[in-house]
Amino acid sequence: MNSGNSDDDAGAILIDSRASGGGAPGDDLLDVRGLQVEFRTRDGVAKAVNGVNYSVAAGETLAVLGESGSGKSVTAQAIMGILDSPPGYVTGGEIVFKGRDLLKLGNEERRKIRGEQMAMIFQDALSALNPVHSVGMQLGEMYRVHRGVSRKEAKAKAVELMDRVRIPAAKERVNDYPHQFSGGMRQRIMIAMALALEPDLIIADEPTTALDVTVQAQVMDLLAELQAEYNMGLILITHDLGVVADVADKIAVMYAGRIVETAPVHELYKNPAHPYSRGLLDSIPRLDQKGQELYAIKGLPPNLLRIPPGCAFNPRCPRAQDICRREEPELFEVTGDDGAPLPGRGSACFFWKETLHDV
Amino acid sequence: MAEPILEVKDLVKHYPLHQGILFKKQVGAVKAVDGISFELHKGETLGIVGESGCGKSTLAKVLMNLERATSGQVLYKGEDISRLSGAALKAVRRNIQMVFQDPYTSLNPRMTVGDIIGEPFEIHPEVAPKGDRRKAVQDLLDVVGLNPEYINRYPHQFSGGQRQRIGIARGLALKPEVIICDEPVSALDVSVQAQVINLLEQLQKDFELSYMFIAHDLSIVRHISDRVGVMYLGRMVEIGSDEEIYEHATHPYTQALLSAVPVPDPTGREGRERIILSGDIPSPANPPSGCRFRTRCWKAEERCSTELPLLAVPEIGEGPAKHASACHFAAVREPLAAAS
Repeated sequence: MNSGNSDDDAGAILIDSRASGGGAPGDDLLDVRGLQVEFRTRDGVAKAVNGVNYSVAAGETLAVLGESGSGKSVTAQAIMGILDSPPGYVTGGEIVFKGRDLLKLGNEERRKIRGEQMAMIFQDALSALNPVHSVGMQLGEMYRVHRGVSRKEAKAKAVELMDRVRIPAAKERVNDYPHQFSGGMRQRIMIAMALALEPDLIIADEPTTALDVTVQAQVMDLLAELQAEYNMGLILITHDLGVVADVADKIAVMYAGRIVETAPVHELYKNPAHPYSRGLLDSIPRLDQKGQELYAIKGLPPNLLRIPPGCAFNPRCPRAQDICRREEPELFEVTGDDGAPLPGRGSACFFWKETLHDV
Repeated sequence: MAEPILEVKDLVKHYPLHQGILFKKQVGAVKAVDGISFELHKGETLGIVGESGCGKSTLAKVLMNLERATSGQVLYKGEDISRLSGAALKAVRRNIQMVFQDPYTSLNPRMTVGDIIGEPFEIHPEVAPKGDRRKAVQDLLDVVGLNPEYINRYPHQFSGGQRQRIGIARGLALKPEVIICDEPVSALDVSVQAQVINLLEQLQKDFELSYMFIAHDLSIVRHISDRVGVMYLGRMVEIGSDEEIYEHATHPYTQALLSAVPVPDPTGREGRERIILSGDIPSPANPPSGCRFRTRCWKAEERCSTELPLLAVPEIGEGPAKHASACHFAAVREPLAAAS
C-alpha cells in the first residue's frame, strides 16, 4: 500500500482495496489510493477530495454515490486527467491504472491513455458535444487522431458506431449536428464516442440525470449491455439511489471529499454501516410511510472551505459523540457478528457496529 | 367530496408556428396542452407526472394565467378566470401562487430576501399594511424554517434547499388557497429533498392549502399526492387516486413509466420485468393521429390511429382498476413481476 503519505490518512486504509474487487487480488483495472485534490481559490483552499480509495476490476460496475460537492466528479476528473488546473491540483495519492501510476506520467502519455484505454461519458451531452461540428465528424475524430485513418474511413466508422448504440437511420444522420438529436440520442452519441476505441474503463458521470425515466431506462440498458460485451470496468457516478440499485456491483458512498462507506450493492441497501448512507436510504419515500413525515437528514452538506473537524458528517449525524468532533474516523473494516471481516465492506464511522445493528 | 376549488375544463394551449418575415402566416401550432380536464379539491394534493415536453409546466402557466389559454376554462370557485384581466385577474391571482423549480434563477440576485418575500405585499397592500411588512416577512421566514434574522441577506448567501424555502415563503406571503409547485425539489440534493417535502406537507396542514404538485420523480409524487394525473403529449392519459395509479394502472404509458423507474432496492433486480419503450416522445407540433401514445405502444391497433381515446372510466370489473384512463384497451397489467 501507500507509504509516506501525509499523516492525514496514514494507516487509515485498513481495507486493502484489492480485496474488495470482484476477482482475484491484483487483477484490478484501476486502483485509486489516498487521492487528494484541492482547489486553490481566492477564498481559500477547498479540499474537494481527501484521501479517496477505490478500485474497479474489468467487467465490474462501481457506483460512486454522493451529493453535489461530495467530490465524486472531481475524483473522476483527476482519474481522467481533465482536472481544471489551476485552480484544481492533485496533492497526493496514486491512481494505478493497469499497474502504472497515472500521476507519474507526462501529459503526452496520459493523452494517449485517454480515449484509447479509458473514456468518460458526461452528464450534459448538449454541452459536451461541439455544436458546430456534425456528430459524424466528432465521432470520426477519435479514429483520425488516435488511429490516423482517412476522413472517409472515419466517417464509415462513425456510422458503424452509431448503429451499435442503436441510433436509427445512422447513415442519414451522420452529418447532423448535435442540436438535431433528442436528449436520449445525444447521450447515445456520447456513449458511442466513449466506446469508439474500445477502452478498458468507462467513467460515466451522471449519464442519465438529464434524461426522462423511459429514456433513462433505454440508455442504462444499452450501457450495461455494451459493458458486458466488451468486459469493461465501469465507474458510475450518480446521486440516484434507484439507478445504483439497478446496475452496480459495489458502491462507494462519498461525503465531503471522503469515502464514508464501501460495500457490495446488496449489503449496502440491506444494512448500511454509516449513518449518512443509512440517512440517505431512509429518506426515500416508502409506501408504508404515506401521510407521515419523511425521514430527513438535518442540516446541509458542509462548505468545502470549512470542513468540520473530526468526522465531516458529525454536525448532521444523529449518532455523533465527542470523539466524532475530535478525531477523524478512518475507513474501518466492517465485520460480521462472528468477527470475520465482511468482504469489501468498510465504514468511516466510529460507531459502525451500532449503525449496522440499527433497525 | 367538497366543491372543487379549481376546475379545469377542456383546457387547450397552442403556440402558433409562423413562417415568413414580411407576410407571416401560421403554418401550424405546438399543441403543448390539448384538451385537459380535472378538478382540484380543497386541502388536496394533485400530483401531475409526465416526461419533459408533455405539457405539465405549460399547464401550470395557463392555470396561473401567465399564459393565455387558447380555449377551455379554468374555474376558480366556479368563476372562469382564464379570460380575466386587470383588477379582476389581480384579485384572483392572490389566491393561486406558484413555487418554481429552480431556486437559483427564480430569485432576483439583487434583491434581499426581505424584498423578495415582501414584494407580493407591494402588489397587494391589503394583505399587510406598510408598517407590518417587515414583521410579516420575518414570520414567513420562521414558518419555512429559516432564521428571521436573515432578512437582509441576498439569495447567493443561501444553499439550494434554503433558497427553495425562500421561494416557498414568497408563495405563502399572500395567504393563497392554491399553490402550484412546478418541480419544487428536483434541483435539490437527495438529503435536502426530504426536508422540503416535509415542509410542504406541514404547511398544507397548517394553512389548508391545495397543491398541484408537478414532478417527474414518481416516488415523491406518490408520497405527497392524494390523486395523481399522468400526462403524455399535452393530454391527460390517466388520473386517479395514488393507489389506483401506482398499483392498478390501466394505461400502457403509465405502466411503462412506472416500470422504467429504477427501484432503490437491488433485491431481485435480475427478475424485474421492465417495459422499455422504443423511441422518443413525438413532437407536439405534429402529434400522431388518434391516440398520442400509439407510436410507442405495444397494444396499438388500427383503431388507435383513427379514434382518439377519451379520458373515461373503462368498463372493467370493479375495484381500484375502475378509474379514468384514456385507452381503448385499458386493462391492468398482469403482475408477472409479483409472481416471480
